Amino acid sequence: MALTNETIKARLTEKFGDQLSHVEEPYGMLTFEAPKELNLKVLNFLYDDEELKFRFLTDLTAVHYPDKKGRELAVVYHLHNMTDNIRIRFKVFTDISQPDIYTATGLFSAANWMERETYDFFGINFVGHPNLKRILNVEEMDYFPLRKEFPLEDQTRIDKDDEMFGRG
Amino acid sequence: MSEHHIKLPEGSIEKTTTTLNLGPTHPATHGVMQNILELDGERIVSTEQTIGYIHRAFEKLAERRPLAQITTLTDRLNYCSSPLNNMGWHLTCEKLLGVKTPKRVDYLRVIIMELARISDHLICNSIVGVDAGAYTGFLYVMQYRELIYEIYEEVCGARLTTNIGRIGGFERNFNDIAFQKLEKFLREYPKVLKEFENLFQRNRIFMERTMGTGAISAERALNYGFTGPNLRAAGVDYDVRVHSPYSSYEDFQFSIPVGTTGDNYDRWLVREKEMWESLSIIEQAYRKVQDFKGAEAEVYHADVPEYYLPPKADVYTKMEALIWHFKIIMGETEIPAGEVYNSIEAGNGELGFYLISDGGRTPYRLHFRRPCFVYYQAYEELIKGSMLSDAIMTMSSLNLIAGELDA
Repeated sequence: MALTNETIKARLTEKFGDQLSHVEEPYGMLTFEAPKELNLKVLNFLYDDEELKFRFLTDLTAVHYPDKKGRELAVVYHLHNMTDNIRIRFKVFTDISQPDIYTATGLFSAANWMERETYDFFGINFVGHPNLKRILNVEEMDYFPLRKEFPLEDQTRIDKDDEMFGRG
Repeated sequence: MSEHHIKLPEGSIEKTTTTLNLGPTHPATHGVMQNILELDGERIVSTEQTIGYIHRAFEKLAERRPLAQITTLTDRLNYCSSPLNNMGWHLTCEKLLGVKTPKRVDYLRVIIMELARISDHLICNSIVGVDAGAYTGFLYVMQYRELIYEIYEEVCGARLTTNIGRIGGFERNFNDIAFQKLEKFLREYPKVLKEFENLFQRNRIFMERTMGTGAISAERALNYGFTGPNLRAAGVDYDVRVHSPYSSYEDFQFSIPVGTTGDNYDRWLVREKEMWESLSIIEQAYRKVQDFKGAEAEVYHADVPEYYLPPKADVYTKMEALIWHFKIIMGETEIPAGEVYNSIEAGNGELGFYLISDGGRTPYRLHFRRPCFVYYQAYEELIKGSMLSDAIMTMSSLNLIAGELDA
């Protein structure tokens, strides 16, 4: 029987109970959130469970929400179960002042560079990563450029302020 | 040890290794990337990869651009097959906006995408040949890449960084010259591909250079996030076109070639077979396109006035068209809020777009899942203990494109 979002949801709730939150299905992809301390537990469970078998890490990245106090940074995992051909999205949120998240490199070799890239652009400290240093930017850089506090345009220009882009 | 050998006291010669900088600008790296190799004689002891030399912060740039203007950024990811990236991006936008494209648009897109796949694999496979010392094949097939580029030129006016297509379809209908060139390609290319294959496939030197080098097991490849031909060469039949069909790929008959050993030779073979499959898909798609008659044969875009530019004549004469034109050009259309991940089978594997919109006029966040970036981290494991010359072959058979690596 092919795996469905409902089955995954049921299996996860059975295991983690109400620690899972924000369970949604935008555009058909099951998306859920867990406390950041649990990220490895959830990933391991998804990997090892005989029914779920999410053993392919498609993508790992982060998003910065400066307005969400205490949970400014989101780390987003896209996982794929290739046998049943189903994808899920798993998020953990962290405080920007202490952005420590356990590394997934022990589970997926692919996470190595993905986490380095995420560290490089968002400053997320992946605890236990074997070689956490900048990957695309120069090593002398002392800020994390994809965070929202770095607007793209020259600050003196007024013809291209945020208002023009629909979020004033 | 025979008695002719000079016997040196134990420890009198230190075991030393040499450090070699391969890149960032080295003709054999085919792109701007650096490898610091530690060599014991000609064997590789360890390597450290440095990337990011052509990083252009596309993800940041995209946060200030309306959807249509991001297409030009995707051109510059894998620039050997820009149309694939362009189409991937349009499909992502269409998924977010809920745009349904007509069948004819899907088939035309399939034609362009498969042409792009052929040009991508053609470059990769012929460059593997060049690195093994066979330049002829490379020069010979260039003529047909040129023909593919001429078809792009007829459709969108550009050759390398194509910016082809729009949200909802194409910017203009395919003209007769484009179809004539496509027919010429379908007629002449199979013979050339066969000849190209004959130059390499059973060539003893080529086989001995490529077989058994740069091999990876299916299990390791999956763990490293391999996708595309490199994963299929290791024996996993994962292809986004089949697993989650987009752009009406479900209407086509084709098979997924797989390898067994995941070495350089298998990667070469898989790409070679995929070109044949692509040819067959193009033929099927062209037949389907020809089946449209009358008004249906003129359809080349969906009806999405908010995102698809109106004809210029209407802009000068109709108020509504003028408003849409202005809004699209100035990027003043509000995108619906949503979160979408969409992927296509690009030349190198699963090219994913993770797009978050907060309801503004530009994406809130856009992340590219670049297949090159994900699988290049396995390079160290692939070449450790092998000869320097094999490492060069492995690099080219992985089809590393610096633009995609660095984004």
